[in-house]
Amino acid sequence: MLRLERRATPSSTMSIVSPLLAAAGMLVTGFLLFSALGKDPVEAFYLFFIKPLSTTYGIGELLLKATPLLLCGLGLALGFRANVWNIGAEGQLTMGAIAGGGVALWFGDSDSMFAMPLMLLAGVLGGMAWAAIPAFLRTRFNTNEILVTLMLVYIAQLTLSWLVHGPWRDPQGQNYPQSQGFGDAETMSVLIEGTRVTWGIVYALGLALIAWVFSQKTFAGFRMQVAGLAPAAAAYAGFSEKRNIWIALMLCGATAGLAGICEVAGPIGRLQQEISPGYGFAAIIVAWIGRLHPIGVVFGALLMSLLYLGGESAQMGMGLPSAITGLFQGLLLFYLLAADLFISFRLKRVVPITEPTLPTPAARIESTA
Amino acid sequence: MDQFANLKPRLVLTGITKRYPSVVANENVSLSVRPGEIHAVLGENGAGKSTLMKIIYGVTKPDAGTIMWNDQYEIIAAPSQARRMGIGMVFQHFSLFETLTVWENIAMALDEPVPTAKLAAQITEVSEKYGLPIDPYRLVHSMSVGERQRVEIVRCLLQEPKLLIMDEPTSVLTPQAVLILFKTLKRLASEGCSILYISHKLDEIRALCDTATVLRGGKVSGDAIPRNETNESLARLMIGGELAECHLIPREAKEVRLDVEHLSLESPDPFGTSLKDISLQVRSGEILGIAGVSGNGQKELMTALSGERLSTSGSMIKLFGQPVGALNPAKRRALGLTFVPEERLGRGAVPPMSLAYNALLTGARKGMVQKGLIHPSVMRTFSKHVIERFKVKCGDEQSVASSLSGGNLQKFIVGRETMLQPKMMIVAQPTWGVDVGAAQLIRQALIDLRDQGVALLVISEELDELFTISDRLCVLAAGRLSPSVKPAETSIEQIGVWMSGKFGDKAGDGAAPANSKLETAYAQA
Amino acid sequence: MNPLVPMIASTVVAATPLIYAALGETVVERSGVLNLGIEGMMLIGAVAGFAATRGSGSDTVGFLAAAAAGIALSLVFGFLTLNLQTNQVATGLALTLFGIGLSAFVGHDLAGLPVDRLAPLKIPVLSSIPVLGDLLFHYDIMVYLSIALFLGVQWFLTRSRPGLTLRAIGESPAVAHAIGKSVLKTRYLAVMFGGATAGIAGAYLSLVQTPMWVEGMSAGKGWIALALVVFGTWKPARVVVGAYLFGGVTQFQLFAQGFGLPIPTEFLSMLPYAATVVVLVIICRDPKTILLNQPASLGHSFHSAA
Repeated sequence: MLRLERRATPSSTMSIVSPLLAAAGMLVTGFLLFSALGKDPVEAFYLFFIKPLSTTYGIGELLLKATPLLLCGLGLALGFRANVWNIGAEGQLTMGAIAGGGVALWFGDSDSMFAMPLMLLAGVLGGMAWAAIPAFLRTRFNTNEILVTLMLVYIAQLTLSWLVHGPWRDPQGQNYPQSQGFGDAETMSVLIEGTRVTWGIVYALGLALIAWVFSQKTFAGFRMQVAGLAPAAAAYAGFSEKRNIWIALMLCGATAGLAGICEVAGPIGRLQQEISPGYGFAAIIVAWIGRLHPIGVVFGALLMSLLYLGGESAQMGMGLPSAITGLFQGLLLFYLLAADLFISFRLKRVVPITEPTLPTPAARIESTA
Repeated sequence: MDQFANLKPRLVLTGITKRYPSVVANENVSLSVRPGEIHAVLGENGAGKSTLMKIIYGVTKPDAGTIMWNDQYEIIAAPSQARRMGIGMVFQHFSLFETLTVWENIAMALDEPVPTAKLAAQITEVSEKYGLPIDPYRLVHSMSVGERQRVEIVRCLLQEPKLLIMDEPTSVLTPQAVLILFKTLKRLASEGCSILYISHKLDEIRALCDTATVLRGGKVSGDAIPRNETNESLARLMIGGELAECHLIPREAKEVRLDVEHLSLESPDPFGTSLKDISLQVRSGEILGIAGVSGNGQKELMTALSGERLSTSGSMIKLFGQPVGALNPAKRRALGLTFVPEERLGRGAVPPMSLAYNALLTGARKGMVQKGLIHPSVMRTFSKHVIERFKVKCGDEQSVASSLSGGNLQKFIVGRETMLQPKMMIVAQPTWGVDVGAAQLIRQALIDLRDQGVALLVISEELDELFTISDRLCVLAAGRLSPSVKPAETSIEQIGVWMSGKFGDKAGDGAAPANSKLETAYAQA
Repeated sequence: MNPLVPMIASTVVAATPLIYAALGETVVERSGVLNLGIEGMMLIGAVAGFAATRGSGSDTVGFLAAAAAGIALSLVFGFLTLNLQTNQVATGLALTLFGIGLSAFVGHDLAGLPVDRLAPLKIPVLSSIPVLGDLLFHYDIMVYLSIALFLGVQWFLTRSRPGLTLRAIGESPAVAHAIGKSVLKTRYLAVMFGGATAGIAGAYLSLVQTPMWVEGMSAGKGWIALALVVFGTWKPARVVVGAYLFGGVTQFQLFAQGFGLPIPTEFLSMLPYAATVVVLVIICRDPKTILLNQPASLGHSFHSAA
C-alpha cells in the first residue's frame, strides 16, 4: 500500500524533474490519442515535434511564437510568485495591440523615426492601463483579480471587434473586419533572413534577463516573493501589500501590452479581429512550467511555441483539427500539477500493522518504512 | 481512587514508538492507567506527549508497540473507533465549528442522529451535573475560549467515556476556572473514569494527579507519584537538570518610550475582540507584562502597536514621543521598535526561505540592502551571529525556517529582533510551545535587554512567566486593560479575578464576555 | 403583442444555464473547494449533449450524456486537487483550458449541424392562460427542473444532516476530520455534483438556447456563474436571483434593438461582463461580507496527516 508523506523540506531536484515528467506524460497521452484516432502515431509525432523545427524558417517561427509567450509569461510568473492571479493577460495583450496599433494607424505611411518607438511605448502603456483596472479594484475595493481580469479579456476583445468592424476598418478592405495595413516604418523589420523573426524576441530575452536580476537580486523582488509565500510575514515586515499588487499587475500589463504590439506590428502587420490564438492563456502554463523563474519561463515559452507549431503542422499534414493544440496545452498543465506533487510529498510503501499473535509484554510489531 | 486500587489496568501501552521524517517523537514508551486513576503525562514542549495521545486516540498509528484495552490487544485505527471503545479526548486546539451552535457541533460528533430538543436537554443536564454549564443554542464563535473548552468536555462526557484525555487544558483558563475543572475531573475519576492529564505545569500536576509518567526527548525518563514529589524533583525528571531561575534585579525605569492613550479599535475580524479605551505606558529599562487568555484582544492590541494595523486617529499611540498610528511596521522599526509575533512560521518567519533570507525580513536596514540591491554576505554574517549567540540548533544559516523546531525558530526570531538593537520591543507569547532550555534562554535575553535600558512589553498566557520577568503587570480582558501592579503587590488569584473583567472601580459590567444566566451563576464559584 | 413577454421569457431562458452551473458551484464551494473549471465543463457538456441528442434523437439522452461528461471531467479535477493536493486555482484553470480544447477537438465535425430544439412544455389549462400562461407555463422542462434544483439544494444545505456536514467541512476540514467525517468523500460528491450541473448547463446552451454547437459557445458564462456564487454570498436563493438579473443583462442587446437604441452591438455584448465586474466590486468592498459568508477553507488543500 502506498501512502503520501510530506517531505521535511521541498525537493529541489523534483522542481526541475517534474516539468520533464509532465512533458513525458503529455507525449505518452498524445501517442495514445493519435493511435485512438486511427492516425499513425509516429508520423503524427514527426509532424508535431520534428517537422516544424527542420527548416530555418521553422526555427524562426518557433522564436516568433515564443516571443509573446515569453513576454506574457515573464510578467505572469512574477505576479503568481506574489500571489497576484492575473488571468487576463490576453486582454492586456489586446489592449496593447489596440493602443500601439492606433498609433501606427495615426502615423499612416509616414517615414518618421518616432513611429516605431511611440508604437511600442503605446503598446506598453495600453497594457498597463488595462491592468491598472484590476490593480485599483483589488487595492481599493478588495475585489479578487481572477474574475475581474477575465471579464476584461472579453471586453477588450469586443472593443477590438468594434474597432475593426467600425471606425478603424480599412476603407479599401472589401468590408473585411480589419484595419489598413501598417506602413513600412510602422512594421517591425525582419531580423533573420528567410524568417519572420523580428526584434520582439530580442526584447523578450532582454526582459527575461532583467526579470531574473529583479527577482533574485533586488529587495523589491524579495518583497514580492515574501508576499506570495507568506502574506502575514509580509505584513509583519511592513511590506506594502498594495504596492506589491500594483507592481505585479503593472509589470504584467506592460509585458503583455508589449507582446500585443509586437504581434500586430510584426507578423500580422495590421489590426484585425483575431490577433492571438490564446497566447495570454497559454502563457499561464508557460509560467508554471518555468517554475515561475525567468530562465524556466524561456524554456517553457519555447516548448509551448512548439506545441502551437505542431498543431498547425498536424492540421496541414494530417487533417487533425487545430484545437488539438489546446488539448495538449491542457494536458500538459494537468500532468505538471500532478508531477509537482512530488516536490512536497514522497511515496512510501507501508505494510499495515497486523494483530499480534502472542500476548506477551515483549511482543512488538514493526512495519517496514 | 482507592476503591479502584485492586482493579486491573484499563489501558496499557507497551513499547510505543513513532518516527517522523525529522524526529523520533516517541521511543519505547510504556505506561498503564487504572480505572478511576488520574494519570499525568508530564514533559516539556516537544517531549512527545501530544504524539502519544494522538496514538491512543487513533489519529496516528505507532510504528511499533502494542496497546491493551481492558486486557485485550487493540489496533486503534481512527478516532471514531477510539470513541466507540470509550476513549474521549479534549484537544489543546479545539475541534469546534465556529459558525455552528453548541448542539450542532455536538450533533456532528454523534454516530446516530438525536432529535434537537432531546440533545439540547442532554447537553444542559450533563453540563450542569459536572459543574460546567453551557447553553446548547449559543453560537460557538460568541463564546470565550474557556467556554469553548466546556463544549469540548461536555461533548466527550455525553459519550460516557471510560478514559478521558486532557491535552494541556489549563493554558486557556483563568485560575478560578482551573479549580472548577479540577473539581469536575475529580468527580469523574470517583465515578470510575480514567483520566490522562497532559501538562508541563508542575503545581497543577501535584495538586490533581495520582500518578505520573515523565517523558523526555520521546522516552520515558521516569514514573512518579506527584504527591510525594517536589517541583524540583519532577523538574529534574522532566529536563534532566535543574530549573534555572530568572532573577529580576529591581531598577529605576527611565523615560516613557511607548505611550498609549485611550486606544479604541474595532476588530477587523467579525469574530474578534475590539479594543476599548486602552491606556498604558512602558518606560526604558522596564518590562510591562500583559496577562490574559487568548481571545481577549491580544491579537488586536499587538497588530495596533506593531503597525500591521493602522489606527485612524494618529495620536493615540506614541513611540518615543512621536505619534505613530499612521506608520506601518517598517517605519516603526526605523524608529527603534522591534516585535516578536505570536505566530512563528508564516508571520515571524517565511517557512520555505532560509534563515539568512529570514534575517532580511526585518533586518534590511542593517546594511543588507543597499540602493535596492540585496547583499547576501551581510545577510549571512548577521544570521550567523544570531545563530551563535542564541544557540539556535540548525544546519547553518542556509537551513530553511520550516526545518527548525519551534523552540529553535523562536530563538532565532527573538535573536534577530534583539540584534536589531531596538529601543523598544514587544513580544507576544515568547515561550509558547518552546522547550524549557530555550524558554530559559529567551526569558533571560528579554531581561538582559531590559537591563540595557530597552523598554519591553510582553504579552503572555503563562502567569508564572509574567510573574517572573515583569516589573509591572496588567490584565487584558474582553478588550479592556486593567490597571498595572507590581507582581509583589498582587497574587495569582487577584490576577485571575481581573481576567474575568472585574478590575476594581472600573466595574465589570459588560466587560466579561456575554454569559447566559446559567453560566453566570456558576462563574462565581 | 406585448413586447415585455418575449423579453421576460428570453431572460428566463438565458438565466437557466446560469442557475444550473451556479447552484452546482455553490455546493462545491460550500464544501471548501474552488473549481474554476466551470467554463470547460460547460463546453464539454454542450458538445456531449449535442452529439448524444443528434445520435439518439432524444433530448433526455443528450442531457444525461452532458451530465456524465461533466462528471467525468470533474473527476479529473477532483483527483488532482483532493487526492494529489494540487493548487485549486491552477487546476481549475487547467480544467478550463483542457475543456475548451477537448470540446473543440471532439466537436470539430459537429459545427454548424442542426438539431431539434427542445420543445417547450404544453401544460394543460395553465399554458393557455393569456399573458400569464406565456410568462410562467410555456417553458421547456429544464427551466422547471432548474427551480426544482434550487429548492433541492436549498433544503439540502439548510435542513439536512449531510448538508450540515458539508458546510462544516467547508468551514474547517481539519476539525471535521478530527471528529471522523470523511472530508474526501464529501468533497468528491460535491465536485461531481458541480460537474453534472455544469454539463447540463452547457447542454442547455447547445440544445435549447442556440441550439447548435459552436466552438467556445459558452462565451464566459462559466465565469459569470462563478461570479454569481460570490454575488449570492454562497446562498442558493440569492444566487438564483442573481442568475435572473444576469439573464436580463445578457438579453439587453435584444431589448436595445427592440427599442431602437443606437448603441453598437459590441458594447451591448460587453454589458454582462462589465456588470459582473461591478457586482464583484460591490460585494467584495466590505471585507466583513466575505469573512462572514465565504467558507473558511475555500481554496485551501486539505491533507489528513496519517
